[in-house]
Amino acid sequence: MHIEVRDLNKWFGDYHAVRQMNFSIETGQLIGLLGPSGGGKTSVLRMLAGLEQPDGGEIIFHGRVMNQVPPQERGIGFVFQHYALFKHMTVFDNVAFGLTIKKWPKDRIRTRVMELLELTGLAGTEKRYPHQLSGGQRQRVAFARALAPEPQLLLLDEPFAAIDAKIRKELRTWLKSLIERVGITSIFVTHDQDEAIEVADEIMIIQQGQLEQKGTPWDIYKSPETPFVAEFIGESTILDHVASLKGFETAAAWTESKALIRPEYIEVGKIGELPLKSACERGVVKALHFRGSEWLVEVTVADLPLKTYRPLEREVLKIGEEVDVLVHRVYMFSDEDHWVQENALKEDPMPIHI
Amino acid sequence: MSKRSGTARVLIVLTYAVFLLLLIIPLMQVVLSAMEHGVSSVLASLTRPEALHAMKMTLSVVVVVTLLNTMFGIFMAITIVRGNWIGRSLRRWLNSIIDLPYAVSPVIGGFMIVLMLGPNTVVGTLLADAGIPIVYAFPGMVLATLFVTFPLMVREVVPVLQEIGTQQEEAASMLGAYQWTTFWRVTWPSIRWGVLYGVVLTVARSLGEFGAVLVVSGNIMNKTQTMTTLVYQDVDNFNIASANSLALVLAAGSIALLLFMEWAKKRKGVHGDAH
Repeated sequence: MHIEVRDLNKWFGDYHAVRQMNFSIETGQLIGLLGPSGGGKTSVLRMLAGLEQPDGGEIIFHGRVMNQVPPQERGIGFVFQHYALFKHMTVFDNVAFGLTIKKWPKDRIRTRVMELLELTGLAGTEKRYPHQLSGGQRQRVAFARALAPEPQLLLLDEPFAAIDAKIRKELRTWLKSLIERVGITSIFVTHDQDEAIEVADEIMIIQQGQLEQKGTPWDIYKSPETPFVAEFIGESTILDHVASLKGFETAAAWTESKALIRPEYIEVGKIGELPLKSACERGVVKALHFRGSEWLVEVTVADLPLKTYRPLEREVLKIGEEVDVLVHRVYMFSDEDHWVQENALKEDPMPIHI
Repeated sequence: MSKRSGTARVLIVLTYAVFLLLLIIPLMQVVLSAMEHGVSSVLASLTRPEALHAMKMTLSVVVVVTLLNTMFGIFMAITIVRGNWIGRSLRRWLNSIIDLPYAVSPVIGGFMIVLMLGPNTVVGTLLADAGIPIVYAFPGMVLATLFVTFPLMVREVVPVLQEIGTQQEEAASMLGAYQWTTFWRVTWPSIRWGVLYGVVLTVARSLGEFGAVLVVSGNIMNKTQTMTTLVYQDVDNFNIASANSLALVLAAGSIALLLFMEWAKKRKGVHGDAH
């Protein structure tokens, strides 16, 4: 389903929950709404579903304005955060609910429900009640129930929030492949960036009711359009003055700007270990954290605290040790502008063309 | 430890004593004095025409009040918890006004009905001319009992509705179900035990209501007299044996309700765990 949203606004009393939001979503895409809690993501989702009335703006599905269409008529599947399964109904009756409302014949309902239970790996549980299922199974029932009436759009509100970490990862992969197989346009809300990056085709970053950026996870990571996005995605350190770092002397020209550095922008090594010696700074190791698959190293360079990763194959550093630090690039931003600044010394001043 | 259990023992004995003094002994007394002149005299006083009429009257009031209170009570509870069509402050105001009958004496409740709808008022006269007398007639008695029992159903259903939340209902609407279907297929199965308690409490209360009904009904024998007001009149006439027989029937009704409630709780326990 093609979705278009124009100038969407929502107030809760004095609180402006969604501000002038504009976006469009192509058919078949899997979109993640990502942002801090209370940022208005769920409000957007509920307005798309028709559970909440917008105070301004239009919601358009396939060129048709949906604002006045009740949720019953929108043909949307909705998976709630806590699943909202019908407690007094069996798994079968839960999944069949939407079909009985549509007055499908009994044998067709049976076929469809069984097909969905098979698809979601729930075959054999149809006579159980929700409280007899595990969290992951309940989530799958909610998913099957939402898909049963063959909706054109699937909305998921924090679909994995109530599931423990180990199973969450499995479910994510499962959900992504299932949505791909069914081929349904889907939008899910999450505050977990790993989840959004791993599952979504495109991410929409929402903060304080505003759409900060929409794009593929790679685009958002590579070229953040606002300081908020830059800071929100990935790990980062914000510095007031980077002009003291080698290769970034030109930054002194923009006195009002700040710099954001990600750990992966920086390399650290024992003295002489790194190439491009001329671009390296001297630093001191302040702290070392073992991160399972790498070391997180905290170093100070000329009083600037920096964070970076170091692969496990390399020789282990010691706290207090003098090291070479190479800063590849920083993300500069001020109130008006933002850009990525590469290390000037990395460019060989006298390139030799062969 | 032994000292504390000593105090505990005294308190337990005291509780039993109070229980015995306030509940068991009076109940025994009712049974014994009703049976003083034999079972036949109990039957005789119960089959008096005025006693039979009073029983019929009480039963009618109970049935009508329970039906009305169940319907309005559920509707009011849904309005208070889910009523987005009225303002939040109005809902809060409604929520507190519901408890008014708890605070107001039933006699005053009945008196208010007489003041508003009595034969000397405009509305009362109009209704009486239209063939619907309110005060000193059946409709007034129903109104008075409704006033007294109104909070019972609302107070049982409101917490259940608050607990189940709106998500299941929203899920139903996303699946295409409109309000009426959603209520019967999703909301009702969740609130039905609360409603059942409400019904039991309403029946018990309307069975035993005295003050409000006395004021409104005028206690006219063979016309508006209920079992409780007949007991009152029998006692007034020193017809203690008859009063005791009726009291016995009322007490039996209450105990039956109590046992039913216990059974229902147990059923719900089994059910509640299974769901």
